[in-house]
Amino acid sequence: MNTSTVPSPPTVGPGVRAAAQTSAVPGQAQEPKIRIKRTIKYESDRTPGFGRDVMRVPGCEELERCIQCGTCSGVCPLSIYMDHTPRQVMALTRGDFKRDVLHSQTIWLCASCYACTVECPQEIRITDIMYELKQRAINEGVYPKKFPIPVLAHEFNAMVRKNGRITEMQLVIRLFLKTSWLAALGNWRLGLDLMRTGRFSLATEHIRNRGDIARMLDAVDDPKGATP
Amino acid sequence: MKFSYFPGCSLKGLGRAYEESLLPVMKHLGVELQELDDWNCCGATAYMAVDEVKACVLAARNLALAEKSGINQVMAPCAACYLVLNKTKHYFHDYPAMKQTMDRALASIGLRYSGDTPVRHPLDVLLNDVGLDAIKQRVVRPLKGLKVATYYGCQIVRPYATFDDQYNPTAMDQLIEALGATLVRYPLKTKCCGGSLTGTVPEAGIRMVYILLNEAKKRGADCLATVCPLCQFNLDAYHAQVKSEYGPVIVPTVYFTQLMGLAFGLPEKQLGLNRAAVRFAWRPAPAAAPITHPAPAAAPA
Amino acid sequence: MVSLQQEIRIGFYVCHCGHNIASMVDCPEVARYIASLPGVVLSRDYKYMCSDPGQELLQQDIREYGLNRVVVASCSPLLHEHTFRKATAAGGLNPFFFQMVNIREHDSWVHTDRAEATAKAKALARAAIRRVAHHRALEVKRVPIHPDVLIVGGGIAGIHAALTLANAGKKVTLVEREATIGGHMAKFDKTFPTLDCAACILTPKMSEVGTHPNITLWTCSDVVKLDGFVGNYTVTVKRRPRYINEELCTGCQECIAHCVYKEPKFTDEFNEGLGKRKPVYIPFPQSTPQVVLIDPEVCLNFKRGVLTDRCKKTCVEACGDRQAIDFTQQEETREITVGSIIVATGFKTFDVKRVPAYGYGAYPNVYTALEAERLVNASGPTGGEVILRDGTRPQAIGIIHCVGSRDKKTNRWCSRVCCMYSMKLAHLLKEHSGAEIYNFYIDIRAPGKGYEEFYDKLNEEGVHFIRGRVGEVTDWAMTPEEDGKLVIRVEDTLAGFVRRIPVNMVVLAAGLEPHADAQEVRRLFNMSCGTEGFFLERHPKLAPVNTFTDGIFIAGCCQGPRDIPDTVAQAGAAAAEALVLIDRGYVEQEPNTAYILPDCSGCKSCLPLCPYTAITFDDATQKAVINEALCKGCGTCVGSCPSGSIGQHLFEDEEVFSEIQGVLAD
Repeated sequence: MNTSTVPSPPTVGPGVRAAAQTSAVPGQAQEPKIRIKRTIKYESDRTPGFGRDVMRVPGCEELERCIQCGTCSGVCPLSIYMDHTPRQVMALTRGDFKRDVLHSQTIWLCASCYACTVECPQEIRITDIMYELKQRAINEGVYPKKFPIPVLAHEFNAMVRKNGRITEMQLVIRLFLKTSWLAALGNWRLGLDLMRTGRFSLATEHIRNRGDIARMLDAVDDPKGATP
Repeated sequence: MKFSYFPGCSLKGLGRAYEESLLPVMKHLGVELQELDDWNCCGATAYMAVDEVKACVLAARNLALAEKSGINQVMAPCAACYLVLNKTKHYFHDYPAMKQTMDRALASIGLRYSGDTPVRHPLDVLLNDVGLDAIKQRVVRPLKGLKVATYYGCQIVRPYATFDDQYNPTAMDQLIEALGATLVRYPLKTKCCGGSLTGTVPEAGIRMVYILLNEAKKRGADCLATVCPLCQFNLDAYHAQVKSEYGPVIVPTVYFTQLMGLAFGLPEKQLGLNRAAVRFAWRPAPAAAPITHPAPAAAPA
Repeated sequence: MVSLQQEIRIGFYVCHCGHNIASMVDCPEVARYIASLPGVVLSRDYKYMCSDPGQELLQQDIREYGLNRVVVASCSPLLHEHTFRKATAAGGLNPFFFQMVNIREHDSWVHTDRAEATAKAKALARAAIRRVAHHRALEVKRVPIHPDVLIVGGGIAGIHAALTLANAGKKVTLVEREATIGGHMAKFDKTFPTLDCAACILTPKMSEVGTHPNITLWTCSDVVKLDGFVGNYTVTVKRRPRYINEELCTGCQECIAHCVYKEPKFTDEFNEGLGKRKPVYIPFPQSTPQVVLIDPEVCLNFKRGVLTDRCKKTCVEACGDRQAIDFTQQEETREITVGSIIVATGFKTFDVKRVPAYGYGAYPNVYTALEAERLVNASGPTGGEVILRDGTRPQAIGIIHCVGSRDKKTNRWCSRVCCMYSMKLAHLLKEHSGAEIYNFYIDIRAPGKGYEEFYDKLNEEGVHFIRGRVGEVTDWAMTPEEDGKLVIRVEDTLAGFVRRIPVNMVVLAAGLEPHADAQEVRRLFNMSCGTEGFFLERHPKLAPVNTFTDGIFIAGCCQGPRDIPDTVAQAGAAAAEALVLIDRGYVEQEPNTAYILPDCSGCKSCLPLCPYTAITFDDATQKAVINEALCKGCGTCVGSCPSGSIGQHLFEDEEVFSEIQGVLAD
């Protein structure tokens, strides 16, 4: 993960990559000049049907009613770090700007606190839409390498599928190993604290019928139905 | 009063102090908890991000197991579990397609879910089933002089407020006052602790922890009381990072159940108080007589 | 089928209503089908039956084809039944030989399958064809209109309507719940966009009401009962005691000065609780009537509203020979007769506590807009100086728009006046305090004469406009400049980032909503309400001040949020509608009344059932008697008569049964 100390805006995540792709001027000299980037959108930048598609997912239906008031951004504790505010993500989604949405850091910064969902005057379930967008980004592989959140999600799923439960310390360690050794080293004090207070446990938690989970999850993917 | 107890992964891991204090406190109040046999991960936040349907299926297995156990109410102390189990119930009722999928997945392992089982948070049970009067009666070491900032976090009131006000929850406030402690007005009581961002995007996560700790300190709180293992972990474990980024802001964070245990005079060792990185050193005065404060006239058994 | 005495010759017309009906119903096919039914001699489809050529066609056909029954399948009878009855009469037939079929609201507008919709149109038309054969010639009765008018509510709407009618020479009774007329407008400091002083333009009209020979003003009064019908309403009004004899009080207010309470001590409602008053008080200097009142809840001579005679009664002493104070005054009930009624009961402002994120009640320096009006008002509690509840003067003020408007969790509708009054308050607060003013809005709605120009002016004055609905108002500081202030967290949506703006004062632009008792008022006057609870007009465009009850009109914000210019215009329109009734002198009554058949056994079971008390018992004949003038044709007695001895015009048994058979036949 990018640990740059540039104060603002933070350069975490996919926004950086997107910027690099679109702003590179061929044959550019070393000296920093005005770096320009196309901001106009053409119809070809849209993915027609993307917005409709999202709005068909359970919980995401109300997006069509968005009045762009910005309440979601106003209450979002993370909006101070976002490249697109939650309100903008709503507009981009509804406007079929799939690429912009899935490359936005915003969806990864959402901490699922549901403040936006309960405050939205149009009762749009913004948190659930963020979940949906995260899922789409993961399914399409649109996230930076070693970006911890998709890795966390992946590790989490793998562990649940195998054991039915999460052993939190194993999860944390795997996350650090797969993302950044540096970060893992930086957190040595945290590890020590956990060990000192008896919370650092590596013994694997699991359910008795370990096969249950895999069977159930496979049944979800197989619409024909279950064969017990 | 009997509940099917769903601990969730956190209460067996980083949040074990929550379970360690919850169980004796509930027992002391006559609330019987029977751990749900063979429970699995609730489907939590991280899973939701990958596949909402599958997350709901995971939760549904637990709800189905609870139904099968014959104990008709589930207690879920972890805020994330509480939300996911409730959300699954909502989806089960609101979206026929989701229900169908859940039915099919459960059938594959020979289970059935009717959609009825209530999922309750301990705070809900303490206030509405046990009652404040019964709790006051058990207080032998009132937390006199302790200033507490109650911190609810997000997921027990959002998006589904079932037993408390969504915007200004007061269940824990009432409880803490019943224990004899003093409340500190804490406008951040339902703000987000940063969730998993402390690990995944530390810059953002640590800042949120700092804001919460700093405001509690500014308002003179001796400690923050939480209802969620992730909140407790974030507010407790990242003090070093907060210090290096913003300077030291030392405020201990405890589970409300730990405060209850102290007020009830339960053995300290039972309460998991040694598990916090930032030690909570404050202790109430020892009980002079068995019960020193006026007991209410009648209390439910 | 019932045998028919004379030859029935029915003309049938199916209207396309442009595309409204024709796009979903195959009109030519319906016409072809109906042509095949017995008794039908003519069947046509036509583009617009309600048009002049359409009506002429109908008249011509009656003469040319010797029609003696007419059926039109088109829109709702509410809209055009009258039109076609008139055309039928002009063609030389009794208008009640006409029957209308609604295939628009009941069919084409609500269905999506053309074949099914066409089949339904055929069935409905077939029912009407069968029914109309049994129609009889009926006569329309004329009922005289009583020329007096009742106006309920003494805000600017009621005041304007009352003066309009009174100046036209009509007698008006104005009933007001509060102790003074003036309503919300009396509390305003200035009015947008002209910045006229509200009191300067309102109070002359108020005193004109108070002194007008044609207006009877009853304050502290509620309408509690309404009987009768258009032209002849009996209204029961309850007058609460003010413990002052209105005829004897001169408005000198010496009683107030001599009250045993030396200082004002009780919440002053007129100043939105920002000021104090005594137990004997006058709401504000220009109150109309200029009569004081005593609050029995706090007056020492009462205990919890019950007279005790414990006080020294220095007020009575001060009143002296005038003897206007009467502690024994009791509630009284009055009954009046009027021909028409204008309901102008206004609105209530949204309770801003319902949006907890904005901190009203939690933070003392959060104000409602109405409180802010009183703060900048020269006759307000601070004499027009912006001094906050904590005694400080603000350097920065945030005005939050749309509080309790455009929000599904509270009220969905746009309250229409908040953008403009917020801008007015921004101007006044800046003028009175010199503070920086921030307006937080979702959209600026300034669609009125001079309104956009006012917005422009505010921009020139340096008032800040930030497009974003505020997330929250808090008192926790992130930065040193936020310490000790209220912090507004909002997305500046036009700039595209979130801001935290520290201010000393927050003003919440509360929306407008129906009164808490609007439903009771609705039932009292037999009106309808929209889903949001405002009274429903008969038609938003064509009958905007009429209700579904004849002779009852609405004006002002009880019908929906609106500003003063619109309210006054609507009040004038309501007064004009009342004048139409009065000057015509009569109304025609639908002859769908019930009548007693000779075989009435005199069981009296219908008497208590009639909602209009139209049925009496004749001791001489030992039979029930129906007063045709009072009968509204609801049919309750007809259906309930155990011996089947009550009939009803236009709803005779054979008419209703043949209609049912017609729908069910295939």
